[in-house]
Amino acid sequence: MNTFYFIAFLSVFFSILVISAKNPVHSILYLILTFFTFTIHYILLNAQFLAIVNFIVYMGAILVLFLYTLMLMNLNKDSEQPKSSLVKIAAVIGGGCFLITIIAAVKALAPSDYVVLKDTNLGLVKNLGKTLFNEYLLPFEVSSVLLLSAMVGAVLLATKDPKATA
Amino acid sequence: MSTIQSVPLNAYILLSSVIFSIGVIGVLVRRNAIVIFMSVELMLNAVNLLLTAFSVYLGDASGQVFVFFIMALAAAEVAIGLAIIVMIYRNTNSIDINVLNRLKW
Repeated sequence: MNTFYFIAFLSVFFSILVISAKNPVHSILYLILTFFTFTIHYILLNAQFLAIVNFIVYMGAILVLFLYTLMLMNLNKDSEQPKSSLVKIAAVIGGGCFLITIIAAVKALAPSDYVVLKDTNLGLVKNLGKTLFNEYLLPFEVSSVLLLSAMVGAVLLATKDPKATA
Repeated sequence: MSTIQSVPLNAYILLSSVIFSIGVIGVLVRRNAIVIFMSVELMLNAVNLLLTAFSVYLGDASGQVFVFFIMALAAAEVAIGLAIIVMIYRNTNSIDINVLNRLKW
C-alpha cells in the first residue's frame, strides 16, 4: 500500500468530517487534522519549506485564530439550524457536477507520467529563497503592503467605534 | 524519495479536485459563517497542493513560490474575514448567514 494513497484517503475523510460535523469546534479540530495530512503530502513531495510554513502558518496561526473567534462568540446555546434537505441535495449535486466534470476532463487526458523529483533541492529553503528574491521580489514587497493593510483593516473592523456607540 | 515515484500526476489532480468539491459543497450546505470560511480554506489548500505537485512534476520552483504567496494571502483574508464575522455577530447576535438575507435587496 502506497503512503500517498493512505494519506489521500485520510485527507478526503477528514475534510468530509469538517463539513459534516454539527459542532463548529469539532469542525475546526478536523480541519487541523486535514491540514496535518496536507503537511505530510508536502513532505512526500519533498517541499520542505512549504511543509514547515503550512504547519506553522495554517495549523498554528490561522486555526488558532478560528478557535479564538469561535470562543469569543458563545454559540453553545443555539445550535445551527440545518438547511432544508432540498438545498442540501442541490448543493451536493452542484458540487458533484463540478467533480464529475473535472474527472471526465482528466480521463480524456493521456495517462500521466509519475511525479518524479528531478532536482532533490527543489523545495528547500535555499533554492526557494533564491527564486523568491530574484524573480518575485516585487510581488514579495507588495505582499507586505497587503499584510499591513489587512492588519489595519482587521483592527478597524473588530474594534468598536466609540463615536458610533456613544 | 521512493514514495513519490509511484504516484501518477493524475492522482494529485483527482485528490485536489475531490477536496475542492468538498469545499464547494461545504460552502453551499452550511449556514454557520465560520464553517463556510473553513470550507474556503479547504479549497485554497487543495489548490496549493496541486500547485506544489505540478511544481515538483515540472521541476520548476515558481509553483512553490506561488503557494507561498497564496498562504500570505490566506492569512490576510482570514484576518479580515474573521473581523467581519465578529462585527456581524455584534450587530445581529448570530453568525447564521440567513440572518443577512436583507443584503439581497
